[in-house]
Amino acid sequence: MSEKPTLATVWLDGCSGCHMSFLDIDERILDLAAQADLVYSPLVDTKEFPEMVDITLIEGAVSSEEDYHKIRMVREHTRLLVSLGDCAVTANVPAMRNRFAVRSVLERAYIENADLNQDIPVQVIPALRETSIPVHQVVPVDVFIPGCPPAADTIFFALTELLAGRKPDLRTTTRFGA
Amino acid sequence: MFDRLEEITKAEQETAGRFDHTVDVCVAAGCMSSQSVAIKEALEKEVEAHGQGHRCRVRGTGCMGLCAAGPLITVDAEKPGEIMYKQVTVGDAADIVASLDSTPVERLRCRTDVPFFQRQKKIALENSGLIDPERIEEYIAREGYSGLMRALTEMSPSDVIDEVVASGLRGRGGGGYPTGLKWTTVAKSDGDVKYVICNADEGDPGAFMDRSVLESDPHRILEGMAIAGYAIGASQGYVYVRGEYPTAVARLKTAIRQARRANMLGSGIGGTLFNFHVDIRLGAGAFVCGEETALIASIEGKRGTPRPRPPYPAEFGLWGRPTLINNVETFANIAPIIRNGGDWYARIGSGASKGTKVFALAGSIINTGLIEVPMGTPLREIVYEIGGGISGGGECKAIQTGGPSGGCIPAGYFDTPVDYESLSALGSIMGSGGMIVMDESASMVDVARYFMEFCMTESCGRCVPCRVGTVHMHNILDKFSRHEATPHDLELLEKLCDMVRNTSLCGLGQTAPNPVMSTLRYFRDEYMDCMMPELNGAERVGELMEVAR
Amino acid sequence: MKRPFKTRIKTLKIDGIDVGAREDETILELAQENDIFIPTLCHLEGVHDVGSCRLCLVEVRGTNKLLPACMTYAEEGMEVITNSERLQAYRRQVLDLLFSERNHVCSVCVSNGHCELQWLAGKLGISHVGVPYLYPQLEVDASHRYYSYDPNRCILCTRCVRVCDEIEGAHTWDVMGRGVECLVISDLNQPWGTAESCTRCGKCVQVCPTGALFNKGRAVAEMTKRRDFLPYLQTMREGRK
Repeated sequence: MSEKPTLATVWLDGCSGCHMSFLDIDERILDLAAQADLVYSPLVDTKEFPEMVDITLIEGAVSSEEDYHKIRMVREHTRLLVSLGDCAVTANVPAMRNRFAVRSVLERAYIENADLNQDIPVQVIPALRETSIPVHQVVPVDVFIPGCPPAADTIFFALTELLAGRKPDLRTTTRFGA
Repeated sequence: MFDRLEEITKAEQETAGRFDHTVDVCVAAGCMSSQSVAIKEALEKEVEAHGQGHRCRVRGTGCMGLCAAGPLITVDAEKPGEIMYKQVTVGDAADIVASLDSTPVERLRCRTDVPFFQRQKKIALENSGLIDPERIEEYIAREGYSGLMRALTEMSPSDVIDEVVASGLRGRGGGGYPTGLKWTTVAKSDGDVKYVICNADEGDPGAFMDRSVLESDPHRILEGMAIAGYAIGASQGYVYVRGEYPTAVARLKTAIRQARRANMLGSGIGGTLFNFHVDIRLGAGAFVCGEETALIASIEGKRGTPRPRPPYPAEFGLWGRPTLINNVETFANIAPIIRNGGDWYARIGSGASKGTKVFALAGSIINTGLIEVPMGTPLREIVYEIGGGISGGGECKAIQTGGPSGGCIPAGYFDTPVDYESLSALGSIMGSGGMIVMDESASMVDVARYFMEFCMTESCGRCVPCRVGTVHMHNILDKFSRHEATPHDLELLEKLCDMVRNTSLCGLGQTAPNPVMSTLRYFRDEYMDCMMPELNGAERVGELMEVAR
Repeated sequence: MKRPFKTRIKTLKIDGIDVGAREDETILELAQENDIFIPTLCHLEGVHDVGSCRLCLVEVRGTNKLLPACMTYAEEGMEVITNSERLQAYRRQVLDLLFSERNHVCSVCVSNGHCELQWLAGKLGISHVGVPYLYPQLEVDASHRYYSYDPNRCILCTRCVRVCDEIEGAHTWDVMGRGVECLVISDLNQPWGTAESCTRCGKCVQVCPTGALFNKGRAVAEMTKRRDFLPYLQTMREGRK
């Protein structure tokens, strides 16, 4: 094990656009790798969340029971929790279903709009919670990076600042929905 | 014109003298709701049946105060041997009439030698329960309209204002703004058209002082308004009454009609050159319309929402004209002040709070009802002596004063004299006079939640802090009552209290956090007891790890 | 005795800067004239102010009360502070409340990138909303031939109500309900397309600070608003006085 700080990314209810934007930092990922170890992510093969991670980026809103338990677990094992992107920060598009009952959302998706196998799944797919909510409504969050998605430059800037031990000032580079 | 008032007084006294007995039945809203009108009819029938019609009369009068014991009846009020009966039913009519010339009906007796009746000092309520509110003659016979005639014939407008200033009277609607000062500013405002408005949009939960005054003694308000009109130079007045008070409105209408016929309202009042007309405007049930700028908007036919002040209505009020707005109880004190002088009034009360104040006692108290006491009376005396103590024999925990804008005063502070400054030092307010007494079983979190729900639904929705902030505060309080709150919720609640209080546009929003802040101040433990039970950290981690896998 | 003259020119200090003012100028106007930024969402040049958004609250020396800059007039010797820590905190809270009240989803909004609420959130450094969202259920009204109304994005600033009433003279819009249930409605709470008073002028659409009112056929981020007609309208208005 190296002495470098550790980095993790977690994908909850989001479109993975924030992860794509993260990858858009292109060759700078080498700079990042020199500064930190990516120990857990949909992008790597680790199956188990490590005992303690220095920085964890969260993409996506908390929508299902799995999301809910996962984010609470991640919080317990993370020093600095970062809400990455509008879904994590505001619940964004996933929250648009909050105006409707879970049952009617599922019916619309799996029965009304389905051509085959018209049936609401009860196994494998985690149960939806009543509402999709931002990460900070469930656990304390240390840094917020709004944006849909946040620009690659913004993500890179935020990470290098955090790794340098500073809280990034993102006021001019981010906004909701941008 | 004084002669005319004297004539009426003499005629009234003669009429009264013709009867050996007078039976008064309270027909104000409280007793009416327990069939007092039917009791009155039964008494009348019974009197006729006994052939006593020529020497015994039955009257409907206003509120006698002790609403808890209604329907109330008095026999030969204010005469030696006055008898009060409580919880009377239609079936008791025969016994009461039969007892008139013999011994009273003991099973119905309501003692009047108790503190509830003895400790009060009545000015605003001086005629309540003693006159028929639908007969101007009875009001006149008790010195009614003599204050107005004195003002019109013997005093200049500035003399009238001087008396009001000297009286030290302060606004009885809640704010406690010096009435004399308000009259002075309106009188000094430029403009040939000015208005007088009587705010009878009483909306605090548990408060019914204004309703009672309007139902029991409506002429007193008209006289007060006319004196105000003379003092500030207005010839038109409006009484803004909430639509939920149909009896008050009906009696007020009757009173206006009678006063016009008696030349106490209208053109050339009492043979002088002074004109003053009064019209009624009905509120449609919005609490916020008790706020003066919202009330004015409502009279103008607009949506009842407040606007930022300044400019104050004294300068820019109804239809942009200088406008005097006072509460019902404030106007109820005007005629006695003019009759007896401002100094007389200033001798009653304490410190910077002069005169008397009417309170509506409600909640877990034995003597629920309406009382009037001198300012400065300690809360303890109001609750335990006049109020008769706590119903059910429990201990008193707190008193809520001032309605949704007020706060809860814990039993430990009951030696506090009731005046504007002392109550606000305790984090509550005098308010319009509602006093809700709570025993030990009351949950302070629930009390705060109840009032927040009230403010949330009564917010007019114009400014953001009140419109949305009250919803969040209510939701957090709801979490507390479900025992689901977290320390973060408490922190957020306190932040919102501060924000809504300091940034809201009108008094409703600015005072909406008061019930929360005062219960947090005195009963913080109860909030802490409503927090979510903390789970053991280690167990939680293990459990969550498992789920995540 | 009437005073023979009346002072019409006032001098005051805003954030320590000496400012000369006419007596009919508000603190907000003076600040804008002097390049001092005071946030607002309900103020609209050319129509009367309502002081409802509470973003322009300022501190004035000598009073504990915070005063709305849009409705507070210049007074001699006034000392105004527009940007204290306390004011900034309250303003952020106001925006928090606005975002939580309705269903604002910037990423899929027609006004994304051209929205005053979104812009102000960035300007005031709102990185997240500190209160839970309320998620009300509100129907979109697309019955009008040219425009759509999405109350999910409405912040109840009532600019549309005022511009329609005071400038166009149609009074198609007004507010219904109380508290958080308040809703901007057309005519007697009927679909906008059936509101006979509407002249289809579109001023309401142009002055709406968010994407609540927009031209039909615009996709995400495509709705830009033209405000250039407002100074003209204001001149017209003053001419009418």
